Amino acid sequence: MYPYVAAEEQVPEVRPEHHQSAVVGVLARVGTILATNRKAVAGLLLLLVFVVGAVFAPIIAPYPPDATLFVPTMGPSRAHLLGTTAFGQDIFSQLVWASRQTLMIGLIGGLAATVLAVLVGVTSAYFGGLTDHTLSVVTDVFLVLPALPLMIVIAAYEQGGGFWVLVAVIVITGWSYGARQIRPQAQSLRNRDFLTSARARGESSWYIILYELLPNMTSLILAIFLGAALYAVLAAAGLQFIGLGNPNDLSWGTMLYWAENQEALLTGSPLWVIAPGACIALLGAAVALLNYGVDEIGNPALRATRRKRGRRAGP
Amino acid sequence: MAVAPVLEVRDLTVDYGGESPLVAVDRVSLDVGPGEFLGVVGESACGKSTLMFAIAQLLMPPAEITGGSVRFKGHDLVHMKERQLRHLRWHDYSVVMQSAMNALNPVLTVAEQMRDAMKAHRRVPRKEIEARSTEMLRLVGIDPVHLHSYPHQLSGGMRQRAMIAMALLFTPDLIIMDEPTSALDVVAQRSLMVQIKELQSMLGFAVVFVTHDMSLVARFSDRIAIMYAAQLVEVGATGDVFAAPEHPYTEGLLKAFPSIYGPRRELTGIPGSPPDLRRPPAGCRFRPRCPYARNAEPELARLQEIVSPELLPIGDRLVACHRVQMLERAG
Amino acid sequence: MRTILRRAEFFVLTLWAAITLNFALPRMMPGNPAEAMMAHYQGKLNPTAMHALEVAFGIKTNQSIWQQYIQYLGDLAQFKFGISISHFPTPVGEVVMQALPWTLALAGVTTVISFALGTIVGMIAAWRRGGVADSLLPPVFVVVSALPYFWLGLMCIFFFSLTLHWLPLGFGYDEGASIQLTWSFVRQAIVHAILPAFTIILTSIGGWILTMRNNMIVTLSEDYVRMARAKGLHPLRIMIQYAGRNAILPNITGFAMSLGFIVSGLLLTEIVFTYPGVGYMFLQAVNEEDYPLMQALFLMVTVAVLGAILVADIVNAWLDPRIRSSQ
Repeated sequence: MYPYVAAEEQVPEVRPEHHQSAVVGVLARVGTILATNRKAVAGLLLLLVFVVGAVFAPIIAPYPPDATLFVPTMGPSRAHLLGTTAFGQDIFSQLVWASRQTLMIGLIGGLAATVLAVLVGVTSAYFGGLTDHTLSVVTDVFLVLPALPLMIVIAAYEQGGGFWVLVAVIVITGWSYGARQIRPQAQSLRNRDFLTSARARGESSWYIILYELLPNMTSLILAIFLGAALYAVLAAAGLQFIGLGNPNDLSWGTMLYWAENQEALLTGSPLWVIAPGACIALLGAAVALLNYGVDEIGNPALRATRRKRGRRAGP
Repeated sequence: MAVAPVLEVRDLTVDYGGESPLVAVDRVSLDVGPGEFLGVVGESACGKSTLMFAIAQLLMPPAEITGGSVRFKGHDLVHMKERQLRHLRWHDYSVVMQSAMNALNPVLTVAEQMRDAMKAHRRVPRKEIEARSTEMLRLVGIDPVHLHSYPHQLSGGMRQRAMIAMALLFTPDLIIMDEPTSALDVVAQRSLMVQIKELQSMLGFAVVFVTHDMSLVARFSDRIAIMYAAQLVEVGATGDVFAAPEHPYTEGLLKAFPSIYGPRRELTGIPGSPPDLRRPPAGCRFRPRCPYARNAEPELARLQEIVSPELLPIGDRLVACHRVQMLERAG
Repeated sequence: MRTILRRAEFFVLTLWAAITLNFALPRMMPGNPAEAMMAHYQGKLNPTAMHALEVAFGIKTNQSIWQQYIQYLGDLAQFKFGISISHFPTPVGEVVMQALPWTLALAGVTTVISFALGTIVGMIAAWRRGGVADSLLPPVFVVVSALPYFWLGLMCIFFFSLTLHWLPLGFGYDEGASIQLTWSFVRQAIVHAILPAFTIILTSIGGWILTMRNNMIVTLSEDYVRMARAKGLHPLRIMIQYAGRNAILPNITGFAMSLGFIVSGLLLTEIVFTYPGVGYMFLQAVNEEDYPLMQALFLMVTVAVLGAILVADIVNAWLDPRIRSSQ
């Protein structure tokens, strides 16, 4: 589910810059890379398609998603682009409306997990000593606790989770990955001269963290957010699929749940399964592609150099 | 040179591609005779290390050779296929790098790395490999028990000497050394240099020794080549160059180094800094820092502004300076 | 020495966290499922079963919470997990043992294949930078590993099983077959495991390829690789012994730390394929409110992950002489 990153051992070189200009600088670099890096552009476009779909759902979807008005289990036709469910609902309309909850979970879950990760990672790196040791151990413990079983256990006790239970479960199991990545970079920045000079100026720790440290980690934080959002989407879909979400919610995960429940594959409406799953897959792919591009910003060594033929160059 | 040179470099040019392309080595030519010790001296980022890697055919992208030739014992290295080149590597010429800690594979023992080098070239029975490895380590003054040590278990000086031992495995004709002593303290530096010279007189290999430390080569090299901003500016016998430098940069360098002997004199640095190689100036690259350029007559000044000086013979020396060349033609 | 201590501290704490979570969660959730369960089953189950619940929840209503906790820890230390409710009257331990071998087999095989294949492909991709392998594979696999495991599993079922009829729908063995160690049974087991294994390998291999490729790229710019070239060593030897062996090291620790997520994917795949392993059993336990079983499985999975981390640590020390000397 999660792409592993051993890169937390390699700390990419960050040229420290002063607050706003640092954020602007990185965003500008991000913008340039996004504009030129084909993978990132593809990811961004795909993501935009989904976002637009979700925002303009009432306009795009031809029918209300819950309306069980139609002939059930129909194949695709002009009236119903993707056919109908076993309950007589239009699959396409459902798909469009369902994107809202899935995207929201991704956004909010990802955001919350990232905030917690940054909080723990930076505090750990900045204050060092016992704080660092304790937080590191806590991070490692949460990292190792198997996510899905933990999520299932929590959701089970909850008798099935609504939106906020899912978000909570995602944050609890997902923050540690980001924290583990933030810590080494924050540590390497902490000892740089520009922070020492800030301390010498007498700035408070919070000021330093907020205005000097964080802006210089913008690309890493962005990458972590993308990873967390991806994790949130996949985890939520997974839980909803096995029935631990709230089946009455409308999201791609719950669509899959009902499709499985009604044995869509066996009864001849495979699109009911294929469509929401493909959407999740595409959304995941979009985020992953974007992440790939952002990764190359932070670590220029990974950027592909065109292989030159001929002369003495290369292994 | 009466005897055929071991190494002939002609107009070698190296480009660095990538985001900000630049020419790191600009039409460098030099010769190295058999058994000779040639020092290559210059500031950081003048291109001397790149020159070394280019000669040894060890460049990595985005660096690549874009012009010139490197003839080693008659073979054209630049245009050789890698497969043919591999036969020559280590067997006929070897390399000693700056940081032994980084140049030795951390997961293999010294013995294994030596064995790798040997097996790559000939089918050598195990006993012979062991014997040779032991002999080489003894030669550089390391107890052979360290054959089975990993690089991180050896001290800095030992690692450096182990590298030299490895470089000598096939008693090559040429060893290229890239600042092999800069990671060591002064005493270890000196001891290593003495050892290298001893080995050289014993085994007869030529050495190209790259460094930024002029005083180091002053004692040990036969000839010296000064490099500035990707170009060679002066080449000559060490003693001569030190006694009477021709190029203003060489003069400046010598004036910056104190001497233990002789009267006390004021040390002067060279004002300014080397040009940005991404945008090299037209004409002589040393001009902005040259004390003579200020008072140059118009004809000379124009030449200095437009044309980059060639490395031409002035007596026994090679000098790339318009003023010196002009004086030579006149006088 | 310090690292060993640090590791031990981490293991103990993780184990303790898992155990305490098992204890605390039912009590912390709104509605207090533990007590609700007890009330619900009161009178419906015989005393032995009630006792099983008590052990699972550590509830002895006449004791304070701290006493219950100590009791709970004590029971666990004696491996008393209680009796399974859905498989009554079989003890939880035995029930778990039915599913365990299936999961271990699947997990073991897929991990080894993913790791081996992924590492090799990543190594080659980095070695031939800018070549076909390098520009094609990373984005392809980045995309593939972003796919939901379970959906991929469903798609595989759809194509390979329902449409092409090449492979069975799921489960561990053919219907009605009995579990015995005969060749025909083993063959069935393998055939049934092909699709789940394929799904898992497909989604996890991408991670291996990417991390190995990235590490290799960094390692290839190291001086000792350049030195190996200078010595005229054969490119294959350089790629494997000089670059590969060094590039793989951070991978192993990275793998260990990602185990929690890997296990999650494994369990989900089992559920999709109704493969009779720990994951499927876990879901069943949840659906049938068999809390003792559920808790035991959670604990067991955590222990397995910790065990794998330990193995990874040992492998790491074995491969990296620098770690060996400092121990």
